[in-house]
Amino acid sequence: MEYASTIRGSSAVLILIAWSGTLSLAQNTPQKAALPTREAGLAAWQQVYSVLTYPRCINCHTATNHPEQGDDRHPHLFNVVRGPGGKGVPGLNCATCHQSANADSPGVPGGYNWHLAPLSMKWQDTNDNILSSPEVCRSLTDRSKNGGLDGPGILRHHEQEPLVLWAFQPGQRRDGTERSLPPLTHEQFVAATRIWVAAGTPCPQNY
Amino acid sequence: MQTYKLTVNGQPKEVTVDPSTPLLWVLREDLKMTGTKYGCGISACGACTVHVAGVATRSCVVPVSLIGDRPIVTIEGIGQDRVGRAVQDAWVAEDVVQCGYCQSGQIMSAVALLERQRTPTDADIEESMGGNICRCGTYVRIRKAIKAAAEQLA
Repeated sequence: MEYASTIRGSSAVLILIAWSGTLSLAQNTPQKAALPTREAGLAAWQQVYSVLTYPRCINCHTATNHPEQGDDRHPHLFNVVRGPGGKGVPGLNCATCHQSANADSPGVPGGYNWHLAPLSMKWQDTNDNILSSPEVCRSLTDRSKNGGLDGPGILRHHEQEPLVLWAFQPGQRRDGTERSLPPLTHEQFVAATRIWVAAGTPCPQNY
Repeated sequence: MQTYKLTVNGQPKEVTVDPSTPLLWVLREDLKMTGTKYGCGISACGACTVHVAGVATRSCVVPVSLIGDRPIVTIEGIGQDRVGRAVQDAWVAEDVVQCGYCQSGQIMSAVALLERQRTPTDADIEESMGGNICRCGTYVRIRKAIKAAAEQLA
């Protein structure tokens, strides 16, 4: 896991450096700054996809009536259900346990406005299998599904949304150990998203 | 140790405790309000349920430092609320309780349900009360009492 994280992180940084270099060269000419190529965009997307499908993110992007927990993505304990707004049901809301910040002593994660992603943003099938890279990409870039976000809007979401930020500071489990982190740092994740967006949010073609 | 000003059942309270202290222990140990029960300590059973800003909340896993200025209502104060009174009356009328240990939490969750859904279906009750465990198995009477309270509130 750590090895894979390092490789992936390095790839994102290399892509960013390559793109920055292109920009630097372009700035010395009267031409418009070169945008990253489709290939660079697709490579950056794969970095983004590796984070989106990590348990810290995908556990709340389910296709079912419940969120998931843990690195094994088991169904949320305690009979927790999605509810009409993705925030549970009266008497058993997300906020019944999840507060505005991590509660490390009991090991309960928390962040502002804790909730499930809407079903339109599911990144799993109903058997809890993770959707393919092209499928998640198409879903994420479909403004009828993603809350009307264009490329810059997706970038802002990845930069600022409190629950996205939570994934990179997920706090401790009940046993006092740290929850595992996505394969990129938040800075690398945003950098990869920026390249992908600048490239026009390309999606892989093959299913 | 840190001092926190809380509003519990409409009354101002002040406690000086470690910030990580669960609200449950502040209520029981510092404020001597023992109606809220310790069951599992991991939010799995619902016995410790109170309301924080109207939301049914597992007090065993919420550190007092995360309460802020949100008002707290416990089983000792829920009868001051019209819905809370109706639920408690229904609980008595239907003779819901057996050993009673989980019932504070059951009532607090039932009130939270009826505050938002005045005519809950069986499915609504099962989902909203699904996190409250009763070892005595009083679920049938709980459902009946919630429906009786709903009728009284209609």
